[in-house]
Amino acid sequence: MRRFFLSFFSVLFATAAHAAENVTTFTLDNGMQGVVIEDHRAPVAVQMVWYKTGAADEPPGKSGIAHLLEHLMFKATDNLEAGEFSKIVAANGGSDNGFTAQDYTGYVQRVASDRLGLMMQMEADRMRNLRLTEADVVTERDVVIEERNQRTENSPGALFSEQRNAALYLNHPYGGPIVGWKHEIAALGLSDALSFYDTYYAPNNAVLVVAGDVDPAEVERMANEIYGAIPANPDLPERLRPSEPPQLAERRLTYADPRVAQPYVIRSYLAPERDSGAQEKAAALVILAEVLGGSSNTSYLGRKLQFDEQLAVHTSAFYSGSSLDDTTFGLVIVPVPGVSLAEAEAALDGAVQDFLDEGPDPAQLARIKQQIKASEIYQRDSVQSLARTYGAALTQGLTVEDVQAWPDILSAVTAEDVVAAGREIFDRKRAVTGWLMQPVSDEETQ
Amino acid sequence: MRHFVISLIACLFASPLWAVEIQEVTSPGGIKGWLVEDRSIPFVALDIRFQGGASLDAPGKRGAINLMSALLEEGTGDLDARGFAEAAEGLAAHYGFEVGDDSVTITARMLTENRDQAVDLLRRAITEPSFPQDAIDRVRGQVISGIQSDLKDPETIASRRFSSLAFGDHPYGSARDGTVETVTALTQEDIFAAHRATLARDRLFVGASGDISAEDFGLLMDQLLGDLPETGAAFPERAEYALEGGVTIVPFETPQSVAVFGQAGITRQDPDFFPAYILNHILGGAGFESRLMNEVREKRGLTYGIGTYLVPKDLGELYLGQVASANDRIAEAIEVTRQEWKKAAEEGVSEEELTRAKTYLTGAYPLRFDGNSRIAGILAGMQMIGLGVEYINTRNAQIEAVTNADIRRVAKRLLQPENLRFVVVGQPEGLTDTN
Repeated sequence: MRRFFLSFFSVLFATAAHAAENVTTFTLDNGMQGVVIEDHRAPVAVQMVWYKTGAADEPPGKSGIAHLLEHLMFKATDNLEAGEFSKIVAANGGSDNGFTAQDYTGYVQRVASDRLGLMMQMEADRMRNLRLTEADVVTERDVVIEERNQRTENSPGALFSEQRNAALYLNHPYGGPIVGWKHEIAALGLSDALSFYDTYYAPNNAVLVVAGDVDPAEVERMANEIYGAIPANPDLPERLRPSEPPQLAERRLTYADPRVAQPYVIRSYLAPERDSGAQEKAAALVILAEVLGGSSNTSYLGRKLQFDEQLAVHTSAFYSGSSLDDTTFGLVIVPVPGVSLAEAEAALDGAVQDFLDEGPDPAQLARIKQQIKASEIYQRDSVQSLARTYGAALTQGLTVEDVQAWPDILSAVTAEDVVAAGREIFDRKRAVTGWLMQPVSDEETQ
Repeated sequence: MRHFVISLIACLFASPLWAVEIQEVTSPGGIKGWLVEDRSIPFVALDIRFQGGASLDAPGKRGAINLMSALLEEGTGDLDARGFAEAAEGLAAHYGFEVGDDSVTITARMLTENRDQAVDLLRRAITEPSFPQDAIDRVRGQVISGIQSDLKDPETIASRRFSSLAFGDHPYGSARDGTVETVTALTQEDIFAAHRATLARDRLFVGASGDISAEDFGLLMDQLLGDLPETGAAFPERAEYALEGGVTIVPFETPQSVAVFGQAGITRQDPDFFPAYILNHILGGAGFESRLMNEVREKRGLTYGIGTYLVPKDLGELYLGQVASANDRIAEAIEVTRQEWKKAAEEGVSEEELTRAKTYLTGAYPLRFDGNSRIAGILAGMQMIGLGVEYINTRNAQIEAVTNADIRRVAKRLLQPENLRFVVVGQPEGLTDTN
């Protein structure tokens, strides 16, 4: 994306959605889906168009093309000059951006609500009328390489994460970075961008989400007129990706970099994602992550390793169920000075085992349920985040009904579900354990 | 089919229906606060700011106020860190504590259904913290871990070095979280002293938005803040900007150099603030629409992003920017930046650029007020810089009133290409340190 691409992990309950009374949906004849979320408190509208294609849909050897194309979508069309799209948004007092993830690519504008029609016209225009030049691609590729320099090459933590991820997925494209491998980005060209664009940018592969001070019937009417005029792509490929074979061997890696200030251990397990109509296991994993390693002050790992044993400055468990294919469940421990990474890892494993033996504290579980309920109230304060929730879900294999059922499914998770989910996924044959550290000096190795 | 492009010249908000209604509330106990009442969602957002912030650190105690703020949630009365967190989770209340150079900010989101309890819990944290020694030691370890990470982060190194060159021994010249040495030496008494210095009623600004009446908001302020002491520590002297033009190189082994650049800025109260604000928008503040982004990124592909910012602090003003480019390209990015600075100083901006900037700035302003937390923050921020409630309705007119002659005058006064200083962290090629 132009300013930043989405990080892999999301905030715990950001996926909770509230009751459906202000959400309307429709599908155009050409297959484009629409979701409208009403909020009339301010004269603002957000338009997002989400394409069901992302980094994990790239052809082999072309990593980074989904993201580079997203940058190039701000260049010329048949009707606009390069850069004019954003210029018009700004001239209307709005802001705009794009974003790329493994499963989707999206474009967003935030404007006064009476400018929605104009935004739709421009977004529909670049869905089919993009006009790229070789010079556009060469310059923008340099920008993307600088983006990669800034986010990844300049950050030992990001390089470490990239290596761990590549080791976790044996066959699935989630093993590659969204921004692309540097040597592959450098080789991307105009034809790669156009081929990806022609294949995936079509109304039957897109979801329109509009949120804010709008009338759903009027939004549908405008969408029908503006996006409805674009023909579907009859050759849209089925969304099939290489899948993981049975994982049989534990993987371990160490990344040493002199720029590391704070060594840590992180373990990522392959884990199931939310599936349409079957979100229960993912819900149990969300609660597991929260109970085990959510708040430092109240989670099991925080209490045991930071408060009682004082072995760690930080611990965490993380899981994002929003994913088209198998996702990850992670554990982190950042040891206090004087505690080695080996000791930290052993303490972490010991604590996880103890947790599975003891089960979650019922009072803690009750508090988490209370927070899930409250998140439905708080989330109504930001329709933009609600819009993101729907856009991500609909491009990651879920339905509007799945999104609306999610808070109840989370609330129904029991202590037994949490332990069972943990026992199922904590299998080191399906995991990567990484150590991030300073290079060991010569004296230490002698 | 260029039919939609004509909207470029359409004017924004032709219908002046937009309005934010601010109620100025004085509590029975005499605490003032601003409220936007919106009963549509059953919660309220609060934003409470104590002017002074980390700049009130006592000599030799750098980092005390930062550590104190991080400890407010770590114990009060019979509640330890865990008890406090459990109570907050049980109420589904969210509290935030943040330290800036000029303020300590406390934010809260509280459900209507248990607001009294949520307010009381926050009251205990703010007014009766116990700062237990074990919590001090544990949180101190987290802060030191963060300080050590900052020492290896090129962006942080660059901005810290710039501040230190610009402001020397003034608190603005050093990191708010202190150094490993100063933080290690802090005692429990230092933390209590930092608390007394900062959280006082003579420097308090409160904003609220959401499901609460003006009367209840007044009572809430008394309940929450009435027990705080009347006065806190004296504010420090103004910070004198002490940096000349040139290049400072901080060698650091990393593939991409990070440059923080800047010069002296302008106060928020200056009669020329709006022309300066618009000028900055055009030069480097407007994201993709700025001159610098166009020249350095769009035309030459030298960076992922370049931006500039007016930074009017309470006690000193900066005009800052940042750019990052591969080690062999940063010299060119800096050269282009210098040229644009010079060009804007000498030639000002075009009529078309000014019109575009005004249209954006006036159109974007109402879009800021979209959510209780954001509104509460805007209300507290406005009070802290001395604006009145009427500002929201006059602000766009002030933008509109700026002429191109104003911009030219301010460009000559504000932009000092010869005094632009670049602090570059990395292994830049083709650059020489001028120190």
